[in-house]
Amino acid sequence: MLNYIIKRIGIAIPTLLILIAVTFYLMHAAPGGPFTSEKPLPPQVLANIEAKYGLDQPIWRQMTTYLWGILTEFDFGPSYKYHSRTVNEIIGQGFPITLKYGFWSFVVAISVGISLGAIAAIRKNTWVDYFAVGVSIGAQVLPNFVMAPLLIIVFTLWLGWLPGGGWHGGDWEYLVMPVIALSTSYMASIARITRSSMLEVLNANYIRTARAKGLPTKTIFFRHVFKPSLLPVISYLGPAFVGLITGSVLIDIFFSTGGMGYFFVNAAFNRDYAVMMGITILVGALTILFSLIVDLLYAWIDPKIRY
Amino acid sequence: MIVANKNKIVKLAENLATEEQTSGRSLWADARTRFIRNKAAITSLVILVLIVLFSFVGPYFAVWTYEQIDWNTMGSAATLGMPSIETGHYFGTDDLGRDLYSRVIQGTQISLMVGIVGATIAVVVGTLYGATSGYIGGRTDQIMMRIVDILMAIPFMFVLILLLVVFGRSIIMLFVGIGLLSWLDMSRIVRGQTLNLKNKEFIEAAQATGVSDYKIIMRHIVPNLLGIVAVYATLLVPGIIIAESFISFLGLGVQEPKTSWGALISEGAGTINYDTEWQLLVPLSFFIVTLFCIYFIGDGLRDALDPKER
Repeated sequence: MLNYIIKRIGIAIPTLLILIAVTFYLMHAAPGGPFTSEKPLPPQVLANIEAKYGLDQPIWRQMTTYLWGILTEFDFGPSYKYHSRTVNEIIGQGFPITLKYGFWSFVVAISVGISLGAIAAIRKNTWVDYFAVGVSIGAQVLPNFVMAPLLIIVFTLWLGWLPGGGWHGGDWEYLVMPVIALSTSYMASIARITRSSMLEVLNANYIRTARAKGLPTKTIFFRHVFKPSLLPVISYLGPAFVGLITGSVLIDIFFSTGGMGYFFVNAAFNRDYAVMMGITILVGALTILFSLIVDLLYAWIDPKIRY
Repeated sequence: MIVANKNKIVKLAENLATEEQTSGRSLWADARTRFIRNKAAITSLVILVLIVLFSFVGPYFAVWTYEQIDWNTMGSAATLGMPSIETGHYFGTDDLGRDLYSRVIQGTQISLMVGIVGATIAVVVGTLYGATSGYIGGRTDQIMMRIVDILMAIPFMFVLILLLVVFGRSIIMLFVGIGLLSWLDMSRIVRGQTLNLKNKEFIEAAQATGVSDYKIIMRHIVPNLLGIVAVYATLLVPGIIIAESFISFLGLGVQEPKTSWGALISEGAGTINYDTEWQLLVPLSFFIVTLFCIYFIGDGLRDALDPKER
């Protein structure tokens, strides 16, 4: 197990370094720097600004400085557009918000998805099953950028039950619609995966044996069916996490929640490379960390995996 | 006696010969029958073909082009821009007074093209990469799969947005980005399948007669992978269309006056407060119907081609 953990971490670190190098290189390969504006600055001023941000140094030098800043002080440098703010401050403002609705979306997607899939599998070919399958297909073709406006139309404009946007420290009524919009398609995928893997397990020989020796259905389900049929779900959690983070871009646009996605898109339109780079790297690091955790979890649960 | 018997035997032999010709169905013929029997898949296929035809034939019936502005309806889309036959705006107009019928057709073309091109990139790159990795095996396989692992851990939507911002918005960049994103899963699936095939007798026979690795991969491995590749390519298309729509939705995809489903849905969602539901509902229904159809076709293909599901 320890060997496996070390091996997985051994992959995670170069991945992160490659990600940083690629984003850094992309930023500096861009035609037109962050300070090119409609009214060209006098060359003297431009040179001064570039010197201030260290842009006059050779690229490898800039990169090592940047990397060193991240590694030692967790410092992503200053923003290129908001002159008085650092990237850290911007991330610090947006990240907790993204984390909060992201976490709840994750919880909802997993709990509702697994229950729906399990019920569908147990009551196969009844109306419950058809309903669950229908919902999961429907939710899959309704991506979050369609869900979000529909939710606003129904709950804010027609019914007037929920506020159409804003955050207000994450009160539940400001949380409901972002979480629904973000979690639905992952809930659907999880339900589908759970259903098919559970059906496979239910048809396995050892379940028949368990039935034959007269175990009660409840015991069979919780002791023999549940765990093995969750394995494919666990391996889906990695991609689902990435999807949730990506989806936050959209949630922030629609519900004005002010999370990281908002700052990312803003930075994209302002060409604020420092902020974009910081967020990309942070999200990348989180993704890598999360897939590491998922892999370890998988190895721990699945007895068939040898390392 | 003997002569009579001989006649009988000859006839029997003829019968056997003809019967042998009619029997023996290929895997693909089998799959086709199974697919045709699947009502949902066939219906979806028909609808999808109709949508594709519509996107090519539709322009001949259009009164307005997709970039032409109808100055009469501009600014009063809610009252004058209603869908109607008389004005020639069959699906109504958008907020700027442009004909939604033509714009939906244009958007359909772009979105379908992105889906197909993206899936093609995934199929070509993913199949070759996965087959090579799986067939060669050993250290090469490990390194190649580690590369896939590394790429998979990168948040591609963010990198794609980064690419589009840094190198300017162009459809080529969009294809490159989506291509980068889509082949990874395919290569893993193909590799797994190749590992299964690798130890079959016919590959061994080819190796024994001295066929080169390249030829074995191209002529013996890849054709045997086509079934599973076809299934996953179909299931990839909706994801790619959604990804493109997402990017266009953010305003980073196709450029005005050209449009795509994502851009149209985004515009329609933005004007929903002004009593112009059709601006959202028309592109949205095209989007949803098409994705549904592709899902069902993919499901049907899987049932038809995947031996495990039989």
